Amino acid sequence: MIPRYQKIIFGLLLAASVAMGVTLWHLRQRAHERLIAGQDSAPTSAPQIAPSEQATLLVANDSDGSLLTQFLSLPLPADPGARARAVLGKLLDLYAAPDAAHPVPGGASSIIQVFLLPAADIGPGAANPAKPKLADSRTVVILPGDSSARPSGALSQETEQTGPQLAVVNLTGAFAANHPSGIETEMLTVLSICGTLHANLPRVTQVRFLVDGAQRSTLAGHADLTRTYLAADAVPAEEIRP
Amino acid sequence: MHWIKWALATLVASGMAAQPLAAQQAPSAPQARFVVVLDAAHGGDETGGRLANGQFEKTFTLALSTRLRSLLAARGIQAVTTRESDAAVESEKRAEIANHAAAQVCLSLHASESGSGVHLFVSSLPPAQLTRFPAWKTAQGAWVTRSLKLAGVLNSALQQASISTTLGRTAMPAIDSMTCPAVAVEIAPERGALNETTAGLGDPGYQARVAAALAAALVEWRTEARQQ
Repeated sequence: MIPRYQKIIFGLLLAASVAMGVTLWHLRQRAHERLIAGQDSAPTSAPQIAPSEQATLLVANDSDGSLLTQFLSLPLPADPGARARAVLGKLLDLYAAPDAAHPVPGGASSIIQVFLLPAADIGPGAANPAKPKLADSRTVVILPGDSSARPSGALSQETEQTGPQLAVVNLTGAFAANHPSGIETEMLTVLSICGTLHANLPRVTQVRFLVDGAQRSTLAGHADLTRTYLAADAVPAEEIRP
Repeated sequence: MHWIKWALATLVASGMAAQPLAAQQAPSAPQARFVVVLDAAHGGDETGGRLANGQFEKTFTLALSTRLRSLLAARGIQAVTTRESDAAVESEKRAEIANHAAAQVCLSLHASESGSGVHLFVSSLPPAQLTRFPAWKTAQGAWVTRSLKLAGVLNSALQQASISTTLGRTAMPAIDSMTCPAVAVEIAPERGALNETTAGLGDPGYQARVAAALAAALVEWRTEARQQ
């Protein structure tokens, strides 16, 4: 014979177990709904289809060490950084093709990102040439117009919007590791990137390179990647040929 | 007193005799030393590119440096090398060796399977005034004009040897710090009109032709330097 108090305790424990089971199921449902609600609220925008535009690529040719201008119709985004990445991606896709005149493996995925920054800081004591002036071999100071009569804040804002830009091209480590070694082939890659950026984004006057987000001494043992390249270094093919 | 007069007379006579002798010796005074620095690129762990015959670039450049040094020695030109063995040499050290040698020519030797013929590269630094204490990373700026002339002489000699050439400018830490006329010489296989290889980097005949043409160019450069 089961005592009365044990029956009561058993009943209470059973009721508590059922109540806890119901509560747990209810909490699980709420958590699931919250998760779904959170996913829905993520700011995802539908991909935009960019209109096709004419892009200018300076394509390297190993056989005569030249850069040849090539025009292609590409869907280019409006954002300058994304535009630069798209154009360089196409350039590297050409180099990764089996019959490329300048074969470099990797393709478009070798460009991690392209950052565009104001090219020059204009100090109060800076010189004021109307055209690019080489301060030394590594850096260039490009000063537009007469800056002396304008407040520096307004000038820096104006320079940021219309002034020359420095493009920082971040390449993958795999691209640098698999790049063919040689002075000519490495310089052609560097110059074709510089020239292509300047041809499509004329405000880009200087280019720097990073590999996996860090500075690297050379591309594949020869071309110096620690310096700032001038877009003017990428001269047309006729001027490169002997 | 008599012996003092005799000694003075002897001294005066010997001094007078020495003047014409010195005058005779002046035209045949030893000419300024002509030193060439041969910089075999890469070395040690830094192998450089891998060539078609499986050889590393560092091995090829060292062999070319040795061959060229022998050819220059046969022509009475002193050559200083940046490395004599498979040793790693930093680019700063290479420039340091070249600058201490006070050389009239600095050749940085490279090899590549890309392209065709011999590629001649001069520093892309803008021409600058020669200063007493040039900045280390831009020291070549004061020599760029002379380096371009040297590239022209090398180009002519290589073309006379029927070797195709490509001229260009480059940014390389080693030659950017050199205080001498400096050219980076990159040897690639010879290719025909259809891009087929007519003479590979492993071809001894091709290597000999390139080395002989470079040596001939340096002899010509020495002649020009002595005329100036």
